[in-house]
Amino acid sequence: MASVQREVLLDPLINNNPIALQVLGLCSALAVTTKMSTAFVMSVAVIAVMALSNTAISLIRNMIPPNIRIIVQLTIIASLVIITDQVLQAFVYDISKQLTVFVGLIITNCIIMGRAEAFAMQNPPGLSFIDGIGNGLGYGLVLMAVAFARELLGSGKLFGVTILPLVTEGGWYQPNGLMLLAPAAFFLIGCFIWAVRSWKPEQVEEDFHVGALLEPGHEGNLR
Amino acid sequence: MLEHYLSLATKAIFVENIALAFFLGMCSFLAVSKKVTTAIGLGAAVIFVLGITVPLNQILSAGFLKEGSLDWLGLPDVNLGFLTYLTLIGTIAAVVQIVEMVIDRFSPELYNALGVFLPLIAVNCAILGAALFMVNRDYTLGEATVFGLGSGVGWAIAIVALAAIREKLRYSNVPESLRGLGITFIVVGLMSLGFMAFSGIAL
Repeated sequence: MASVQREVLLDPLINNNPIALQVLGLCSALAVTTKMSTAFVMSVAVIAVMALSNTAISLIRNMIPPNIRIIVQLTIIASLVIITDQVLQAFVYDISKQLTVFVGLIITNCIIMGRAEAFAMQNPPGLSFIDGIGNGLGYGLVLMAVAFARELLGSGKLFGVTILPLVTEGGWYQPNGLMLLAPAAFFLIGCFIWAVRSWKPEQVEEDFHVGALLEPGHEGNLR
Repeated sequence: MLEHYLSLATKAIFVENIALAFFLGMCSFLAVSKKVTTAIGLGAAVIFVLGITVPLNQILSAGFLKEGSLDWLGLPDVNLGFLTYLTLIGTIAAVVQIVEMVIDRFSPELYNALGVFLPLIAVNCAILGAALFMVNRDYTLGEATVFGLGSGVGWAIAIVALAAIREKLRYSNVPESLRGLGITFIVVGLMSLGFMAFSGIAL
């Protein structure tokens, strides 16, 4: 694999992680991580949608009129999400029920819009496809790490298989119920970011930069 | 009847706060919460847009998209449910655009206060999330209106509170690598813990 492609694929995993550094796509990252299985299905869904939407948008990038590009991108992404949702309902119905509205929310997942706008609009389809996979993997990595901690500490299981036998079932592990509730997700992502930035101090910014992307006056960058 | 709506509103604002319990609208929640004044502007815009789009989407979804909802056209077997996502996001994008133009025409002061935030809101997951919850839970038009406004108020309260905390946080000595995003997450976690105290409250 040529070095450009490798960089595009691997850079989003740690160095430029979409969640920890770019601060994109948090909504779903927090909500689906009480179990490994839902987090896994969600990651796969996001990787698929992002790779395909990046490719599709990149293919027609020279034909999209700049004024309506957001609508065009949204329509492409929404159509792909509909397909993904139907596939999930057909093959993993239980998990698709547990994900509730969060499959639909992939449409407004800022990672996908962000990559479409920042990468696919400027780069050829092949590279955009790899970029989609890379960012999807970076997103999945954080999701799986958070879900690992939440499911293991919160219910003593991994992928639904008991690892730490619970006190209520005759074992020894007293589960930490907080892990299954909303606040734990925030704490864990906060600590994850802390860990990554202690390891790679160059990621610490004085003023965190997605703020600048989303703030008035700069909205053209992201939108 | 009134109690039902009141309890729905309390639930949407406090117990199931859309930002702190369902993590919706997180991107702008974290990015635009550095100053209280900007947070108030965005919060007001979200209330406004949610109050319009949720009832509108309810009409579309119950009148055209649900299974059997085309009965009145003589097409009882048609199920357009698969178009739900596309319709919801299309409606939201269109409404935001129209609202922006209407405000610009009739109330320049309001436009100056809200205008810059409106385009951002079309891709805010809180808006789509509330619409999807509405579809999932089969709300009636009245319930959808209350739910939309309530969710908006809840989101606004949360972002204004976070902005106030972050303004004070500037004077604290936070560990180097936790600065910025990391500590913000932990603060939001604590806020979410605080809002959990509301759970169980029903009017």
